Amino acid sequence: MAEVVHSRKSLATNPLKASTPLGAALAYLGVAGSVPLLHGSQGCTSFALVLTVRHTKEAIPLQTTAIDEVATIMGGAENLEEALLNLTKRMKPRFIGVATTALVETRGEDIKGDLKLILERRSELKDVKIVLAKTPDFEGALEDGWSRAVTAIVDDLVEPAGTAVSLYQQVNILPGVHQTAADIEWIVEAVESFGLLPVVLPDVSGSLDGTVPENYIPTTFGGTSVDAIARMGRAVHSIAVGEHMREPAERLTMKTGVPHTVLPSLTGLGPSDDFVALLTKISGRPAPPRLRRQRSQLLDAMLDGHFHFGSKRIAIGADPDLLTTLAGFFSSMGADIVSAVASTDNSPLLASVPTARVVVGDLQDLEDSAAARQADLLVTHSHGRQASERLGIPLLRVGFPIFDRLGTLHRCTVGYRGTRNLIFEVANIVLAGLHAHRPEDFTHAKPIIEETHHAGATPASC
Amino acid sequence: MTDVLKARIADVFNEPGCDKNQAKDAKERKKGCSKPLTPGAAAGGCAFDGAKIALQPLTDVVHLVHGPLACEGNGWDNRHASSSGPTLYRTGFTTDMTEMDIVMGSGEKRLYRAIKEAITRHNPPAVFVYATCVPAMIGDDIEAVCRHASEKLGTPCIPINAPGFVGSKNLGNKLAGEALIDHVIGTIEPDVITPTDVNILGEYNLSGELWQVKPLLDHLGIRVHACVTGDARYREVASCHRVAVNMMVCSTALINVARKMQERYGIPYFEGSFYGIGDTSDSLRLMARMLVERGAHASLIERTESLIAAEESRAWARIEPYKAALKGKRVLLYTGGVKSWSIVAALQEIGMEIVSTSVRKSTEEDKDRIRALMGGDAHMVDSIPPREMYAQLRRGDADIMLSGGRTQFVALKALTPWLDINQERHNAFAGYDGMVELVAELHKAVTNPVWQELRRPAPWEATDREAERAALLETAC
Repeated sequence: MAEVVHSRKSLATNPLKASTPLGAALAYLGVAGSVPLLHGSQGCTSFALVLTVRHTKEAIPLQTTAIDEVATIMGGAENLEEALLNLTKRMKPRFIGVATTALVETRGEDIKGDLKLILERRSELKDVKIVLAKTPDFEGALEDGWSRAVTAIVDDLVEPAGTAVSLYQQVNILPGVHQTAADIEWIVEAVESFGLLPVVLPDVSGSLDGTVPENYIPTTFGGTSVDAIARMGRAVHSIAVGEHMREPAERLTMKTGVPHTVLPSLTGLGPSDDFVALLTKISGRPAPPRLRRQRSQLLDAMLDGHFHFGSKRIAIGADPDLLTTLAGFFSSMGADIVSAVASTDNSPLLASVPTARVVVGDLQDLEDSAAARQADLLVTHSHGRQASERLGIPLLRVGFPIFDRLGTLHRCTVGYRGTRNLIFEVANIVLAGLHAHRPEDFTHAKPIIEETHHAGATPASC
Repeated sequence: MTDVLKARIADVFNEPGCDKNQAKDAKERKKGCSKPLTPGAAAGGCAFDGAKIALQPLTDVVHLVHGPLACEGNGWDNRHASSSGPTLYRTGFTTDMTEMDIVMGSGEKRLYRAIKEAITRHNPPAVFVYATCVPAMIGDDIEAVCRHASEKLGTPCIPINAPGFVGSKNLGNKLAGEALIDHVIGTIEPDVITPTDVNILGEYNLSGELWQVKPLLDHLGIRVHACVTGDARYREVASCHRVAVNMMVCSTALINVARKMQERYGIPYFEGSFYGIGDTSDSLRLMARMLVERGAHASLIERTESLIAAEESRAWARIEPYKAALKGKRVLLYTGGVKSWSIVAALQEIGMEIVSTSVRKSTEEDKDRIRALMGGDAHMVDSIPPREMYAQLRRGDADIMLSGGRTQFVALKALTPWLDINQERHNAFAGYDGMVELVAELHKAVTNPVWQELRRPAPWEATDREAERAALLETAC
């Protein structure tokens, strides 16, 4: 059980957080025919866009309401309207997800009201589904933005209970922001292997997975379709991954009556078993042979890999759900979590992280703690590279952003297969650091009793 | 917005050193040079982004961003400005303002404490404090906080007042320049002054480009006192007001610094470029001539000419092996950052054909040079909408596109070779060495067999077509 403490500084050094509106934009990117729109200055969009492009290596259709000095003083409603009209005309999206930023939220405008008036007034926008999430940068981080965007989608686009006929095979999946395209692909395959029909919201496995389309498409291609979202009320069950998806899952249940389960993690043997058990219960079918085989492979990977995890000192910095997930995984393999830094305190699960203290702070906190506690492995996003170099310990890149490695979206770390992959990845990092033993490695082999006489000295008995 | 900031922006807009500005009438000039942004169709960074780009390469100072998370959190350590020493500039510092700071108006206090914490831990020669939209809007006075902190803590704290909403990246560059003029340049006297001291303004040492040029200057005995701000130390920039000549590289960015240094310290400046073989030579020539006019030994001109002759012929000799494979290849050049014409000249020299070149950010003078090089307006485009660009490339109108990251995926998804020539690139393309590097990169991109591989039909395409034909026949019968 961990004590959750806040780093008491006025200065954030090497931020661990990515911003809340960016989290919302990432969620909107999982909807088909979508354009996320950040309601703020053009820099708000530009920084988020560049970072997302570097992470995904994809063209990202992120737009801005371009709040300037006048709009900052007079209010941004006109800019919002103009932006919606312009991008509807230019890009012909089926869906626009608006996320507010600190700039417009600081003014305290009634943006929801503005949007309502615009939609009433403008017939040009009637064919586009437009939702709004309030996501000021000064509140929360990536997970919160993602969660609020999904909540906004559920609120506005899912048809309420009563209108939908239950489809006994349909299961809704609400993945967290830390799930990659490959993670979602595994989840979908697993669900389908029980004869169930998954509807994933948001589904970046269709939109950010690196397809080379035949034509130029200015919006997202792939992702959850607006129609599929509307019909989420038909499902027999919803499965949310991560504590930050509890809110949208609850909203979905309230709206449609479809029951939900929140799984805190999908990485590790236990969490994967929980997921498979849940699917068995929902479908009423036994687990298919393919999953049984994968589980067996995972057991073998755990056997081969545990040598390289035991007593390894791990320092993790991540958003709360990812931190909880990874800490659970490392700890289950015998490693010690010596430093844990979370970007926010917005998860009750932080207290259950298997370590003494979880600091809500930045990468400087992680670096200081990792140095003081002599960590062997740093686990955080790509910005940990400087700390890793200074500390002289390897970095396992996780979360967002990962901009200096390829294939980020295709790395699967969930379920039996993903956990197996992750074990190999970590073990290989450890193996790469091994070297042939030298005498100086054995400092403790030296006797502790001081030498009193030297070889060649005359024995006393003579 | 404070009156001080307003006045400063008006001053920046009324730049007498800017050709574009001088071509306008009084009324047009009053409107300023920031184009109104179109909501829903805007691209590019904000003024804060621009200020950060211009100053971040200063390696040994703390760059502290006062604002909510996104401004620094989403953008720190994201460029490749290189350092030959200190790495402090790659550390991300922000006040990460909370709702409480905004509601309670405690932003200034938080900023002061943050400055103090940064100085205590890192002991930098200076702290650069950047304003952003939210604190500017709620009236945090960063200039007052910086004044107070400089006095109390004994470390210069430099306010960079360029919140995002005031305008574009370019305006931010200039406001950053204003901050240097107002608070940094001339605050320290240099230890050494020689008659061949120069500054290079607007060079950010991206991917180490300064180091492709500096050896040439070293060889000529020209001492770069400060590069503003590539690989710079605070002390160098603070004492750069005694040099003989300023060279301005990225013309629109820091022209106000060049002009004001001329006014205050009598330092003449010239605009030059180290992109392209001819341009590098021209810049060296002009620099040598101006230095001699300012008292350097007259032999400098002759030595410069012999260096140019040797280096030009060496560069062409190094380019020669690539020529055959590149001759006749068609290039779509889509950039605003680097002077288009200097690249055009180089590409033509090796026998490549320019399909079109964008002139979005070019001045009239730039356009004239392109016209002269390419024989008319035919190939000059303002901007190409991505859909059109994709269609052109998909049709095979060009063999390679040279552009920035923003259009990277348009080219790649159209299965067209692409080379990054904007500021985020990993390759250094400056000076004679840089042009050889550029040609080598072009060669590497165009000759990669992967482009043939990518165009291989999928195994099902032939059978799919047959099935289609069969279905058609069936319906016809």
